[in-house]
Amino acid sequence: MTGRRIVSVWLPQFAMERWQKAMARLGNAPSEDLPVVLAIQGPHGPVIHAVNRAARMAGVQSGARVVDMNALCPTLKVEYADPGGDQASLEKLVFWARRWCPWTAQDGDGLLLDISGSQHLWGGEAQMLAEIEGQLSLAGYSARLAVAPTPGAAWALARYGTVRQVCHDTADLRPLPMAALRLEAETLLLLHRLGLKTIGALADLPRLSLTRRFSRTNPAANPLLRLDQAMGRLTESLSCPGEPADFRSMVRLPEPIFDPTHFLPGLCQDLCNLLAVQNKGCRRLRLTLYRTDGDWFSEVVATSTATRDDRHLAKLFEGKLDQIEAGFGFDLITLEALAVEPLAPAQARLEGGEEDTLALAQLIDRLSSRFGARSITRPAPRQSHVPERAQTRGDVLTAPAPVKALAAPAPLRIAGTPPAPVPKPPVPTDRPIRLLDHAEEIGVLYAVPEGPPAQFVWRRQTHRVTRYEGPERIAPEWWHDRPGTRLRDYFKVEDEAGRRFWLYREGVQEDGRGGDPRWFLHGIFA
Amino acid sequence: MQIMVHQSKSGRTAASGGILSEAFAAAGADAAAAGFVLAQLPRGRGPVLWLQDRLTRKEVGAPYLPGLGTARDILIMALTRPVDVLIAAEDGLRCKALGAVVAEVWGDPAVLDFTVTKRLALRSEVGNVPCWLIRYAASPDLSAARDRWRVTALASTLNPDDAMAPGSPRWRAELFRSRDRQPGSWVAGHDRAGDTLDLVAAASDEALAESDGTTGRRPQRS
Repeated sequence: MTGRRIVSVWLPQFAMERWQKAMARLGNAPSEDLPVVLAIQGPHGPVIHAVNRAARMAGVQSGARVVDMNALCPTLKVEYADPGGDQASLEKLVFWARRWCPWTAQDGDGLLLDISGSQHLWGGEAQMLAEIEGQLSLAGYSARLAVAPTPGAAWALARYGTVRQVCHDTADLRPLPMAALRLEAETLLLLHRLGLKTIGALADLPRLSLTRRFSRTNPAANPLLRLDQAMGRLTESLSCPGEPADFRSMVRLPEPIFDPTHFLPGLCQDLCNLLAVQNKGCRRLRLTLYRTDGDWFSEVVATSTATRDDRHLAKLFEGKLDQIEAGFGFDLITLEALAVEPLAPAQARLEGGEEDTLALAQLIDRLSSRFGARSITRPAPRQSHVPERAQTRGDVLTAPAPVKALAAPAPLRIAGTPPAPVPKPPVPTDRPIRLLDHAEEIGVLYAVPEGPPAQFVWRRQTHRVTRYEGPERIAPEWWHDRPGTRLRDYFKVEDEAGRRFWLYREGVQEDGRGGDPRWFLHGIFA
Repeated sequence: MQIMVHQSKSGRTAASGGILSEAFAAAGADAAAAGFVLAQLPRGRGPVLWLQDRLTRKEVGAPYLPGLGTARDILIMALTRPVDVLIAAEDGLRCKALGAVVAEVWGDPAVLDFTVTKRLALRSEVGNVPCWLIRYAASPDLSAARDRWRVTALASTLNPDDAMAPGSPRWRAELFRSRDRQPGSWVAGHDRAGDTLDLVAAASDEALAESDGTTGRRPQRS
């Protein structure tokens, strides 16, 4: 027997209750007495998916065809079900259930919660089950629950056991019907024909004969596997979605609140104290706000270096909590450290002041959490003659290392001649201080075929060129560019107002790569 | 970097200390103001935080590292609204590791009022981080900037290698409002190789005309 305690939550009316909630929010909820069914499209016409209480009293069964049930109950109101929406809501509910314990998973039309070690926080298992059922009913869902040492036993007891059953011994399963074993319909029918009605009857049979009869590997078709899982002889793991957090601080509120910002500094401080005990720092932080009505809101911020500075972490959430929809309010706030890295305690400097690199990293964190990580760049030079490729986005945390300028090829030396004089280091080529994201096409007057520009029209303004420098020919990089890319002849020009621009002519006449050359304005000089 | 500019009574030059300065670009799409600001930024203190709103980036383009010189360490933020630029600038001024904060704003947004400039000015002085506001297509309304410049492009100097080619850039820099200096107008020339900014009083037009590279063309009188 393992020490695990698993809660199974069965939401038998989930689809119908979700539809009723949605209708109530729109203000046109049907009367309780009106029989309503939700239908899905079957192979031979619509089939009933969920029924409400009035319809069930009238004898309508789910799984039957809508036309048959209409004959039985002529006042039946038929709406279309939304299985995709139901699934999405249930997945949301899985994370909402993290308010009780950190390990929750979806299980068909219900939830599984691994509450091992969390019971005492709620005053015992019976109280915890009552609390879960109460909170779910506040959120609008009726639920049946049970707690047992294995997921299989909890599943069985939630559906076929007594109300909020607390099971310590799997012998409690023996009187339950065979359907409590999570078997598929064919196997159930076979067992029924064999005369096996209860789990106890199955458990009393010799294992050898059962193994011979059911040798399937699929657990849903193999009663022996299912029996072992329920009894705890075969381990069954819970696969919980999401990223688990080792460090977590939370505030549980007696009354729902609408603005969580006042609790942030305290939460960050608690979390940083936890991290400091183990000399850890976090790279990502997740704030989750649990609404009272089965919904939640989560916000993740990231830092560029591991940190446990609570004031800095609290600042990262600035402006992120303005747009949240509070509904009926939040009653639980948790803060989790996700990517945790070792972080030795920093030595404070005697003379006071703070480290420059740390201050810069914190500034980058604040800016990128508010405006997005892509908005900030620290350009680094790259060896390329093509202007837009001569710089990269760079790494925002490290200063760019200067790269060597592209060197001219060494001159050929002919034997017998004196060595050529050592060339002086090249003067850095003149580049504009501003580069347009996309070069803008301009209309240019120039001496055909390869003359300098004499006058150009840019953004409907005519500039007369007084001085020019060029051309500087930049060939396309054939290893990057598409075939047929034309070369560029760059000119630095000055107009009569003294403004200096960087123009280029794309291609030359008769280069076989298109018609007449086009002119572009690419940058602006100081 | 040396700056040949008259010293004020307090002994402060244009480049020292944390003050808020404003530079207005005379023409719309013009890099003269950006070049003038760039020449005055302190070197070797830390990276420069350069903020742009979307319109500025569309109209005037982004700072281009090969043109700024590879020795320059620059953090560029491309933001959407002017209010984002101002928020980020104020946040950046809190960080003493920055060498300077430069914010470029297009037009006259309503958020850029006296209160905001006052906040930036105080923040800049407390943190001792210089802050520059570059304004394009803007009118000089009420502002708490300590120095306010208007920068116009001028014909460049004579290129020693090629008389037909543009030489070192020159700008007309007009200090039209200052907290503790005499307003005036200068012709500013930037020498890229030496990284020096020379401010010459604009009154001596004749002397300038002699060194002017253009023939028969003189800088306009102010």
